[in-house]
Amino acid sequence: MTALTLTNVNKSFGAVHVLKDISLTVEDGEFVVFVGPSGCGKSTLLRVIAGLEDATSGEIRIAGEQVNLTPPSKRGIAMVFQSYALYPHLSVRKNMSLALRQEGQPKDVIEQRVANAARMLNLDPYLDRYPSELSGGQRQRVAIGRAIVREPKIFLFDEPLSNLDAALRMNTRIEIANLHRQLSASMIYVTHDQTEAMTLADKIVVLRDGRVEQIGSPMELYNNPANQFVAGFLGSPSMNFFPAGLVNEGDDRTMGVRPEDLFLSDDGPLLAQVIHVEHLGGDTNVIANVQSHQVTARLFGQHSIEAGQSLRLGFSAQKTFHFDADGLPAA
Amino acid sequence: MNKARTNPLNTFAMHGALIFYTLIALFPVFVILINSFKTRKAIFKEPLALPDTESFSLIGYQTVLKQGDFFLYFQNSMIVTVASLFLILLFGAMAAYALSEYRFRGSKLLGLYLALGIMIPIRIGTVAILDLMVSTGLVNTLWALILVYTAQGLPLAVFILSEFMRQVSDDLKNAGRIDGLSEYTIFFRLVLPLVRPAMATVAVFNMIPIWNDLWFPLILAPTEATKTLTLGSQVFIGQFVTDWNAVLSALSFAILPVLALYVIFSRQLIRGITSGAVK
Repeated sequence: MTALTLTNVNKSFGAVHVLKDISLTVEDGEFVVFVGPSGCGKSTLLRVIAGLEDATSGEIRIAGEQVNLTPPSKRGIAMVFQSYALYPHLSVRKNMSLALRQEGQPKDVIEQRVANAARMLNLDPYLDRYPSELSGGQRQRVAIGRAIVREPKIFLFDEPLSNLDAALRMNTRIEIANLHRQLSASMIYVTHDQTEAMTLADKIVVLRDGRVEQIGSPMELYNNPANQFVAGFLGSPSMNFFPAGLVNEGDDRTMGVRPEDLFLSDDGPLLAQVIHVEHLGGDTNVIANVQSHQVTARLFGQHSIEAGQSLRLGFSAQKTFHFDADGLPAA
Repeated sequence: MNKARTNPLNTFAMHGALIFYTLIALFPVFVILINSFKTRKAIFKEPLALPDTESFSLIGYQTVLKQGDFFLYFQNSMIVTVASLFLILLFGAMAAYALSEYRFRGSKLLGLYLALGIMIPIRIGTVAILDLMVSTGLVNTLWALILVYTAQGLPLAVFILSEFMRQVSDDLKNAGRIDGLSEYTIFFRLVLPLVRPAMATVAVFNMIPIWNDLWFPLILAPTEATKTLTLGSQVFIGQFVTDWNAVLSALSFAILPVLALYVIFSRQLIRGITSGAVK
């Protein structure tokens, strides 16, 4: 069964057209990530699904039922906000149970669900504390707990990790992935961080300027990007683009090679001037200029390369991408 | 640590300036208080002297308590002030919430219109207001005063509160909507507690002019039953003779409730519960 179906959804704020003809489906139990640069409309799309904004046109179905005119609380969704949005005057327990009390659930059901969620998220010791007495990571877990207790048809996450520091972000990412496995619920997750998208998603939706650029599994998108934008957006460091003419005389296409597919080679086609080297221990990132084009190479292991030095980079022909002037793949 | 803050000379100068200002501000109150406990002769002979055994007298307080229904005036002032503040805060906050939260046609214009009252003193309309009150039969009732003071206080309240409400996190309100709270619950349970410091500011700003006002009580409700404290104290000030003992005692009385209300509201200025909601 499909958890969510969007058909030709449009959204305008006055004259500004923010979402353009978006159609997609989310299957039951699927983890879908909306990813794109800031201002691409991914958060607006999430808010339209949540019912916090009305779609200007198009149809939204949750579990088969049209919900265009249904208020957010009746759509069977729960949302986790970037800023946590906990109620400051309520204890953790009350924060988590408010929606259930609002729905008029019996007391023992509420207690049961809050206890379950608290156990799942290791929040037991904090149930009677107030949000101001919790750390950032704990607050985010409370926000997630507040979503879990509702047992929604779809979880919506709006950049839930961007307020956390790097170490905590990684932990929470794993927790969210675990949560998805345990609950096997449908989740929609908005982020601008392509690492989060790649690591969490069953299906990635890449958005740009309010349009869907490509939908697919992380590896599909990585291996067969639909256009130059998707190719450049996914993968870290991002794909190198340079005129194919650098390699093949007279070729006017743009060539793309991922940094991890470049290697040192004495007879490689690219003569590069090293600008900067990042030694990460496991990897070495070499940022270099090939004529006037900046290229990043991610070399496995440790290399003694210094800025200023020249080297030759090679790549295998199967690992290259070609795009025409419009950014579309050109064989 | 900021060096300027720890420098003892700076600290001394800062506290010196603050203490100096406090003394200047409290001096008139102090003079009123000490003179209210003195005989009439002593007030004029040495206005700044403290009351001693010779000059001590409670004659002022006795006059005040005997003459006129002082407690009724007191009660009237209290009712008018508290009711006006309540209405100002309630309607001001609701209007501010609507202006800051909802996008609708003409909301900017409406906001400007509501703020216009800050620039136009309500007393300009006294004659029209009196006309209105007479024809609605509200003249000589406390309602006349409450309505006028509410109207007088609303513009600034809407202006200040809408600025503060814009700062309340959208995520928090949206979380409430998703949890199934009604717009009223979101307003009363989520937004109002977060703008409490602003509400207290508005309350303090409005309270003192209302409590001290002589103009509207004199014009709209001068009967014995509806006199306010400020108006009631005027009986002691005559064209030829002024009973200074009584005036000073009445004023001393009048300070107390404002002080109490101020303490209540200023405590609200301390935030604390508000932190931890977002970020």
